[in-house]
Amino acid sequence: MGVAARRQGRPKGRAYLLATTLLLTLAGCAENAPQDFLEPEGPVARRIDDLQDPVFIVAGLVFLLVEGLILFAVIKFRDRPGRPEPEQVHGNTRLEVGWTLLPALILFVIAVPTIKAIFDLSEKDPGALQVTVTGHQFWWEYRYEESGVVSANELVMPTGRPVELTLESVDVIHSYWVPKLAGKTDVIPGRTNRMSFEAERPGTYQGQCTEFCGLSHANMRNVAVAMSPADFDQWLADQKRPAATPSDGSPAAEGLQLFNGRGCSGCHRVEGVSEGNIGPNLTHFASRGTFAGSIFENNPEDLRTWLRDPEAAKPGNLMKIPGAPLSPDEITKLIAYLETLN
Amino acid sequence: MAIVTQPTPAVPTPPDRTTPPGAGPDAPVQLFRRPTGYSKGIWGWLTTVDHKKIGILYGVTAFIFFLIGGIEALLLRVQLGSPDNTFLSAEAYNQAFTMHGTTMVFLVIMPMSAAFANYLMPLMIGARDVAFPRLNAFSFWVFLVGGLFMYSSFFLGGAPNGGWFGYTPLTREMPGNNIDFWVFGLQILGIASLSGAVNLIVTTINMRAPGMSLMRMPIFVWMSLVAQFLLLFAMPVITVALVLLTFDRQFATNFFNVEAGADPLLWQHLFWLFGHPEVYILILPAMGIVSEVLPVFSRKPLFGYQVMVFSGIAIGFMGWGVWVHHMFATGLGPVATSAFAASTMFIAVPTGVKIFNWLSTLWRGKIRLTTPFLFAVGFVTMFTIGGLSGVTHAVVPSDTQQTDTYYIVAHFHYVLFGGSMFGLFAGIYFWHPKVTGRMLSETLGKLHFWLMLIGFNMTFGPFHILGLQGMPRRVYTYPAGKGWDFWNFIATLGSFVIAASIAVFILNLWKSRRNAHVGPDPWDARTLEWSIPSPPPEYNFAEIPLVTARDDVWHRKYTEDDQGRPVLREGMQAGAPIGAHVEAKHPPAGADDGEEGPGGPLSGDAAPPDAEDPSGEQGGSGHEVPEAEHAEEEPHIHMPSPSYWPAFSAVGLAVLCYGVMYKTWIVAVLGAVWILGGFYAWALEPATAPEEPELETPDTETTDEHATVSAPGSHE
Repeated sequence: MGVAARRQGRPKGRAYLLATTLLLTLAGCAENAPQDFLEPEGPVARRIDDLQDPVFIVAGLVFLLVEGLILFAVIKFRDRPGRPEPEQVHGNTRLEVGWTLLPALILFVIAVPTIKAIFDLSEKDPGALQVTVTGHQFWWEYRYEESGVVSANELVMPTGRPVELTLESVDVIHSYWVPKLAGKTDVIPGRTNRMSFEAERPGTYQGQCTEFCGLSHANMRNVAVAMSPADFDQWLADQKRPAATPSDGSPAAEGLQLFNGRGCSGCHRVEGVSEGNIGPNLTHFASRGTFAGSIFENNPEDLRTWLRDPEAAKPGNLMKIPGAPLSPDEITKLIAYLETLN
Repeated sequence: MAIVTQPTPAVPTPPDRTTPPGAGPDAPVQLFRRPTGYSKGIWGWLTTVDHKKIGILYGVTAFIFFLIGGIEALLLRVQLGSPDNTFLSAEAYNQAFTMHGTTMVFLVIMPMSAAFANYLMPLMIGARDVAFPRLNAFSFWVFLVGGLFMYSSFFLGGAPNGGWFGYTPLTREMPGNNIDFWVFGLQILGIASLSGAVNLIVTTINMRAPGMSLMRMPIFVWMSLVAQFLLLFAMPVITVALVLLTFDRQFATNFFNVEAGADPLLWQHLFWLFGHPEVYILILPAMGIVSEVLPVFSRKPLFGYQVMVFSGIAIGFMGWGVWVHHMFATGLGPVATSAFAASTMFIAVPTGVKIFNWLSTLWRGKIRLTTPFLFAVGFVTMFTIGGLSGVTHAVVPSDTQQTDTYYIVAHFHYVLFGGSMFGLFAGIYFWHPKVTGRMLSETLGKLHFWLMLIGFNMTFGPFHILGLQGMPRRVYTYPAGKGWDFWNFIATLGSFVIAASIAVFILNLWKSRRNAHVGPDPWDARTLEWSIPSPPPEYNFAEIPLVTARDDVWHRKYTEDDQGRPVLREGMQAGAPIGAHVEAKHPPAGADDGEEGPGGPLSGDAAPPDAEDPSGEQGGSGHEVPEAEHAEEEPHIHMPSPSYWPAFSAVGLAVLCYGVMYKTWIVAVLGAVWILGGFYAWALEPATAPEEPELETPDTETTDEHATVSAPGSHE
């Protein structure tokens, strides 16, 4: 809503801008921030939040104390006519020992629960759903170890059951993060990291890559979609089905031909159709809500934007359409085919 | 080597002791005529070995880079001012943020700190120059060459784009020369830092005036000394990392090649093992400046000097044990992260002690709210915020949420801008009258301060909120609907307020060239540099002072009554109160760039107050030292002669790096020969030109006796 308000604000002059600014300030407080980790939605993120909230409070109190004393000193002891020369105090050992020990004590008090939390959060739950996450420039791939299902960008997970992610990268360092559910863990080529978290309620939780990974680092986003265990089982069952085959003569069938003819199949895998393994597996593409590093909604309009010029939509991505750019007609047919892949 | 005028032990020596041993034979290698004397104009600057001129060169260059880095920051802020903005392309944004970070760290704060250390350290310890004057010039020219080399990338295919900490394997695999400019540029800058560190360490340890024991050294000298030691040990670490990366990129070695089994964390450990001490390299000199400024304007000594020294040293040591807190998300396991969480928390202790001691310095003082004081208090207040957010990062589980978000960006800007830059501005306002002989306007200075304080908090305060709302750093764009629009917009507005404050500062600098001259001690200050004219003569001290106390100049002016309050000594005058000098008239000496000889009255009782120079009279109290305190009297002061070779050799480094980068081996060889040739000529050139006559008779009549620079001083 913020953008809309400001777009209106532009032509209307200063008073309106002021009003808009005030409005936005209020909106800023109430506005939904889907990556705000101060409002956790899962036990791991909540554990972290419970740890950091008191630290913020302590820091805030120290802030008020120190800044207050400084301001007080500057105002109270400023030079005014008749103020005598100050006493030349060189130090005070007792005081100095005091304010060495006091912060040390406060920090010790913070350190104990910190270290306890570090160890607690590193514990593994044997019943966790195992998913291998692979970082690519600039999208995420998920492999559900028990079922062999492969998906991209959207981590579909059941509520009430921890998910343990095994993090790997095929190129550079990325970092996996769903702020409402857990802190981030780096995804490092040549190493295997693990992280786990749990969602309590069904919902869509946004995140994005947080280690600079190249040109389109900003366009490497991800979504965790939590659903009830029953829905999740249904989803898994759907994902295990073979890819849909379009009926002969339909635009989707022509799209399939283009999929093979225009080079898509070289990089993208569709079970039973193509073997590509560079780009995301598209077998059940239409079941996903977002695509291309979750920067686009999965709808015909966004697909058209993407297929028209992938480089413009997401600089530096690896999707290079061989030969001439796709014609509008070709794009329509490809979209028709992709929409059948649910 | 060329310790040109050695302050000798406390025992006064006979006047003729300066006849150097073994000086004299003509330099066998002289490719072209050596620059003579205290040359003026462009050649004077290019060949200078005077630590003060080099300090000014460092400061001016760093300030220009500050403007460039600031423009880059404005570009970043405009791009992020609204969601889905297309003002900058992804590539342009990535280049801009990489260069903004690299510039501000390596080309602004480090050299600006070097400027203060260069200019002030010899003055504060009562020396006439640094230990190795030509090496000092070399440091500066190498720094300039490194900066220009890195910035030449903009015209040669694109600037570095891998972030200021250049994580591998990304930086190993990135195509083009962008990253090579970064790697070689940092390598060149490292040479500058290392040679500067060696020089300043040797100077501090060996060239203190008689009586200037370590625990009498001004706190700025102490903090700079600690920073130089950190540089000395930290730069080799990044040098190693950069050499490995250079070999990977230029010669296809496999240090960071994951496919060949390399571990990308090697780079991170090396980088942050350098990078965290680097943070203290950036902040300690500013802490030193603030520790000098606050006592002067509170009219009290620094509270707990010893504790301030030892906490600085403690920070220096502990700074080596916290680097993993940059890597809490890399999955090092609970034991390692717990250890580094604890060490990171406890480095806050010596830092906190400093803040309380600064506060106590103000307590019950007689505070003059001058511009340098405001900036120094700005440092303390803003740095406190940065320190507190730093403690929140030490809580590892929280840090896995905070790291690589704008919360971190807020934190380090509160430390490095709210901290280092505010401290450096305090130093600029404080020592500007010493360097140029002219005050900066207090009115414009205060306007600058308040604009900068407001703009700073308006820009970087919202970063905390944005970070907590999950906005990652280093993103060139973000979509609407993440809740980040409003605070980004405010931050962008704030960045322009900062820009306006810098414009006010430039105006202030520009207008100050017409301000009246001030005496040696306009602030009624405490340390040795205020006992000599403003700007100081080439040789700094006509007589090497004998130091009898910490804050020696203050104690020459003041004694204490039975309540411990300062009382002016008989025959002494307090430093000129602010504003008094504005009325003072002075012959237009034009010495504001420090280029010419001494403009003011000489220090020491041998120089009677110049009757034609009221400003000298006004502020000239501090130097009227009783005769007994002179360590020595020197009829001849031997200053090192200017040299072409430091600048000449420095340029060779760029030639060498271009040659390697473009695989043009003939150019690389030329560069290597260039450097070696320069060093060869340098090594065979005596520190003081043998044929040189009396170089310069300072234009102030009273100084002739002392300022004569005579034939060969020593050898280097």
